Amino acid sequence: MPVEPPQVPADPTGSPTYESATREPMIRARGLVKAFDDFTAVDGIDVEVRPGEAFGFLGPNGAGKSSTMRMIGCVSPPTAGELTVLGMDPRTDGPRIRAGLGVVPQRDSLDEELTVEENIWVYGRYFGLPRRLVRERAAELLEFAQLTDRARSVVEPLSGGMKRRLTIARALVNSPRILLLDEPTTGLDPQARHVLWDRLFRLKREGVTLVLTTHYMDEAEQLCDRLVVMDHGRIVAEGSPSALIAQHSTREVLELRFDTADHAARLGEVDGIAERVEVLPDRLLLYTADGEAAQSELHRRGLEPLAALVRRSTLEDVFLHLTGRTLVD
Amino acid sequence: MAAPAQGRVGVAGRLARALPVPAGAGMARMLVERNYRSFRRTWVIIVSGFFEPVFFLFAMGVGIGSLVGDVEADGRLVPYVVFVAPALLAASAMNGAVFDSTTNVFFKLKYAKLYDSVLATPLGPRDVAVGEIAWALLRGLVYSAAFLVVAALAGAVTSPLALLAVPAATLIGWAFASIGMAATTYMRTWADFDYVQLAILPMFLFSATFFPLETYPPALQGVVQATPLFHGVAMVRDLMLGQVGADLLVHVTYLVVLGLVGTAWTARRIERLLLR
Ligand SMILES: Nc1ncnc2c1ncn2[C@@H]1O[C@H](COP(=O)(O)OP(=O)(O)O)[C@@H](O)[C@H]1O
Ligand SMILES: [Mg+2]
Repeated sequence: MPVEPPQVPADPTGSPTYESATREPMIRARGLVKAFDDFTAVDGIDVEVRPGEAFGFLGPNGAGKSSTMRMIGCVSPPTAGELTVLGMDPRTDGPRIRAGLGVVPQRDSLDEELTVEENIWVYGRYFGLPRRLVRERAAELLEFAQLTDRARSVVEPLSGGMKRRLTIARALVNSPRILLLDEPTTGLDPQARHVLWDRLFRLKREGVTLVLTTHYMDEAEQLCDRLVVMDHGRIVAEGSPSALIAQHSTREVLELRFDTADHAARLGEVDGIAERVEVLPDRLLLYTADGEAAQSELHRRGLEPLAALVRRSTLEDVFLHLTGRTLVD
Repeated sequence: MAAPAQGRVGVAGRLARALPVPAGAGMARMLVERNYRSFRRTWVIIVSGFFEPVFFLFAMGVGIGSLVGDVEADGRLVPYVVFVAPALLAASAMNGAVFDSTTNVFFKLKYAKLYDSVLATPLGPRDVAVGEIAWALLRGLVYSAAFLVVAALAGAVTSPLALLAVPAATLIGWAFASIGMAATTYMRTWADFDYVQLAILPMFLFSATFFPLETYPPALQGVVQATPLFHGVAMVRDLMLGQVGADLLVHVTYLVVLGLVGTAWTARRIERLLLR
């Protein structure tokens, strides 16, 4: 028996309002665990994604982001814990949940034996959509993905950014209520990333709930209303990007590079200048509300670093503070 | 996700729930549609799949047949080409199904990652198994129909029951495609396909294809009769010679069981490999 075609998309009210926030969450996980043999990839996470929001999983490689996304996408049975997606249980309602999801996997898995437009047609047919409807949607989606002039081309020669946009267009063919994006821009050049972000903003404005993983803090800051920071299969912090920064970091950071092989050895000299100091192999990070003032104090003490830079705190600093490690190395 | 698709009702639904078959959405035909679309670009293969048994028919049946003369089949003397044509039909159904369900499926499974994206849609592992196997035997159906026409022109068709050889070849295709696809899920490299050849070639040569079962020493006859292609050849031969009896039921049952087991096994393996 074919699965009924998915209903009309998403919440038309767009970004989360009080009303949508109080409604049934799109995704709800309690103590969710994924274990592979004796290795625990996801170690008891609690997550709630609200209608219309852009929700992020930020964490380094191996944190368990893809494993989580695959459980939400109903292609990986949870080992333990509760999971509800679109109000249904993936263990029993997998096909019906998947009918309402759009999935952009970490690795593009386009059908290279088909053309660009055929990729969307065929994918739409997997959802049981009528041929006529699938063709209409494909035309719109190719427009959206800025691929109309490549419609009849085979997939193989497309650039990385184009393939990614096609994967997203394909994932939208069933008008999903939730779009799952696993590292949507990893491996793309900066320009291609910006084009992609722009498309994702448009979807968000149209009210599609976005769930994405990334190990780029700028991407998380740009796209996410709310996010969780993941490390070793656990959630170490949760909130909006600005709230996370306010809670776990200072307003500004003074970065210092000294002429030394061991920056830890210089710790004593900057003692007391900032609220907190982190040591990286190639620099010191001084966390302070006022970077300029810290810099003046540096001068007063007669310290002369090779380079000194004041910047605002980012999620990278939050991650560093919480885990003692950098996100991308 | 061992639970079958939801929303099924009635006897079929209860049966589907009781069987140890992984979930599907009953939409395997969408995968067949996808294969048809991609196949239209590689139609050359259909030509080669058709010519192979035709070449054999003329080389063995007509060529060697002129040296061999008449042979005994199903208790009567027939020209060699009449004896060998059903075997070639059965063997080509096997070869086509095995090719499609091993090499092609391996590529999609390991390199193109086709099923990973298919399983993200409502389709389940059972749909993948049924869709791919159905596709392999659909192609076999086209080949066997075309072959039958050529065989008739070569004077190798003696009974109107020969028309039933087409569905029979499709049954052979199902049995081999499902076992072939199940085996493919265990393969790690292209080199593993040598084992497929190792199984296929002796079956092709020794399943009472080119000479009658009675030619084998009694000890070997049992071995020959245990192989699936033997039953395929015997089934098609019975039909093309118009000799329908209780034996036919045995052959059909053997192949149906093989097809069912192979399909369920494939679905289970796809689930194990991709839904972990
Ligand atoms: N199928 C699998 N079998 C065994 N281990 C796995 C499997 N998938 C992921 N892992 C392991 O689980 C951990 C988390 O992986 P993953 O969820 O892909 O993290 P991320 O997406 O955050 O990089 C990694 O250590 C990875 O090696
Ligand atoms: Mg990942």
